[in-house]
Amino acid sequence: MMSELAIKVEDLGKQYRIGLSPERYRTLRDSLVQAVTAPGQLIRLNGSRSRDRIWALQEVSFDVQKGQVLGVIGRNGAGKSTLLKILSRVTEPTTGMVEIHGRVGSLLEVGTGFHPELTGRENIYLNGAILGMKRAEIDAKFDEIVAFSEVEKFIDTPVKRYSSGMYLRLAFAVAAHLEPDILVVDEVLAVGDAEFQRKCLGKMSDVAQQGRTVLFVSHNMSAILRLTEESLVLDKGRLLLRAPTTQAVDFYMSSGFSDTGQRLWEPDEVPSEAAPFRPLAVRLCDTLGRVVDTIRSTEPVSVAVDYELSAPVTGLRVGIYLLTTRGEYVLTSFDTDDPELYEQYSVRPAGRYVSACTLPGNFLNEGRYVIGLNASSFRVKRYFQDEQALTFTVDGAGAPGMQWPEARLGPVRPDLNWKIEAA
Amino acid sequence: MAHTALANKPEEEILIIRPTRGWGTLNLRDLWIYRELVYFLTWRDLKVRYKQTALGAAWAILQPVLSMVVFSVFFGGLLNVPSDGIPYPVFSYTGLLPWGVFSKALNDAGRSLVTNRTMITKIYFPRMVIPLASVLAGVVDFLIAFIVLLGLMVYFHIQPTSNVWALPLFLLLALITASGVGLWLSAMNVLYRDIGYIIPFLTQLWFYLTPIVYPSSEIPEKWQLLYALNPMVGVVEGFRWALLGTETAPGPMVAVSAVIAVLMLITGMFYFRRMERTFADMV
Repeated sequence: MMSELAIKVEDLGKQYRIGLSPERYRTLRDSLVQAVTAPGQLIRLNGSRSRDRIWALQEVSFDVQKGQVLGVIGRNGAGKSTLLKILSRVTEPTTGMVEIHGRVGSLLEVGTGFHPELTGRENIYLNGAILGMKRAEIDAKFDEIVAFSEVEKFIDTPVKRYSSGMYLRLAFAVAAHLEPDILVVDEVLAVGDAEFQRKCLGKMSDVAQQGRTVLFVSHNMSAILRLTEESLVLDKGRLLLRAPTTQAVDFYMSSGFSDTGQRLWEPDEVPSEAAPFRPLAVRLCDTLGRVVDTIRSTEPVSVAVDYELSAPVTGLRVGIYLLTTRGEYVLTSFDTDDPELYEQYSVRPAGRYVSACTLPGNFLNEGRYVIGLNASSFRVKRYFQDEQALTFTVDGAGAPGMQWPEARLGPVRPDLNWKIEAA
Repeated sequence: MAHTALANKPEEEILIIRPTRGWGTLNLRDLWIYRELVYFLTWRDLKVRYKQTALGAAWAILQPVLSMVVFSVFFGGLLNVPSDGIPYPVFSYTGLLPWGVFSKALNDAGRSLVTNRTMITKIYFPRMVIPLASVLAGVVDFLIAFIVLLGLMVYFHIQPTSNVWALPLFLLLALITASGVGLWLSAMNVLYRDIGYIIPFLTQLWFYLTPIVYPSSEIPEKWQLLYALNPMVGVVEGFRWALLGTETAPGPMVAVSAVIAVLMLITGMFYFRRMERTFADMV
């Protein structure tokens, strides 16, 4: 069968004004002043100077064939969401063009337009209409949607009384029954419990198997690996690579980071929402205190997080994730896991800190690993998160079982103290 | 956004997305495709309002009725404001009805894009459906409040005139005016949040520029056409003429108002479309 074009993206670019956040709207006064000082600029939107602008997306071109499931990966701010927003017509590009063959359904968020006062039934109709379904279409699929959401009993209860799990299931159920030719999905799976995520993934692979075109953006590398065969890697608004997903994920997980064993944050790299927390650096040091990016499996290594607090923080925990380059979590650990430290640092005064821990020797298997950073107050706020702060290599020399030159499955390679007894 | 849709094969649409320059088109086709969304959003506005408030639909009646009582006591009774020979309560209430549609549009539609920002930043649909749905929700309130007017007319023994056929036309004129102003304000409110603060003041000012508590016959003749530049003048006068048979037949004043209303709607739509492409980034 000849492959047919589903999406064609050519030289796509999107420029934003810096600080163009919801809080930064113009005031009438600014415009009046501008009208006096520079008449004729009042209704021009591109009035400000180029140094106030950044390209969220630049010179991006690619094609997607019908029936293809394409992953899009990249760090925060790489332009993934901007790309999806342009494809789903939420925002307009600044340059270039997109040609789309067929009806597009976009899931940039589940439950868009859900109103807490309305019942489950009412929200299905409302949300369906917002997603572009016709009323007759919703009528026809109504029972199926309700069954999929598993909230039959509460379908006539206002959704404000739903648990967050029920709410998500219902929201996803509506979206999942949209039948577009092209489905554009963004991070929907980042929310909800494991069961919900499993269900979402299942539905997504159904969609893919029905021969529809899917564009899937996620931070969840195992989901990307499972659902897509080919992926795009975006960085700083540009398309770096298009490759089979295994290759793309490996490239993504091990590129774009310093290879010196430390990651430093410049002030402008830290989002303003992170305040009062400001990460300065994450370092990987060997037993002699040298910053390293390759460690031996048999030797311990210390991970130090250097950060600053501009104000006292209650209940702060600063921690690391350890992941494989395939995106599987090996562990999560926080500096106040220990009850004594937890008590002692119930409030952390403003100032500069280093939280450090040691990954023991005889722990990790050989391979590439990723350290992520998280700073949060439990159930209060997540100040900062970077799931790919730095990568490092573990060298297997001296580890158990190295007499066999084979790749061992699993991320850990402890010395399990085997004993063999003749019985 | 410029999108061209051509039929290639059966059921296959080709959509071209590229930056729009200049003023662009109205894209009424998309608005038509999404007409059901207008219905659902109107329905949501009403449903939520009636569920959230203790008095629910009674608000649609209470508001104009209480205003009418206060106006009748002070303007009609104490100040003896003329009312074209019609009992003052009926006179003022007839004006308050279309005014309700208009002031609701001013307030709700004006703020609608900002209140629905989550939808705008997450999903595509013609943005115009949001302010238009707010305007239409006002029609339901109007119909409910209209029942009271019928009661008042029976009570004061006022026969509807033979001009009553024209009433829907004047309601339409009220909707055109409301939509025009609603589109202008909602789009401007995304860009300049000051609009949110201006709206209550604007509503009040506009109220006194509209012949609700006084008849437009009190305006000196040479100023009347200038006065009718406020399209609500034509609407309110038209309502009174169609229902109560006041002397001021819809002459030049209504014509001036109608022209202005249509102009406001058309310019409002173009302005809205021009600003629309920045909504998701600005709101």
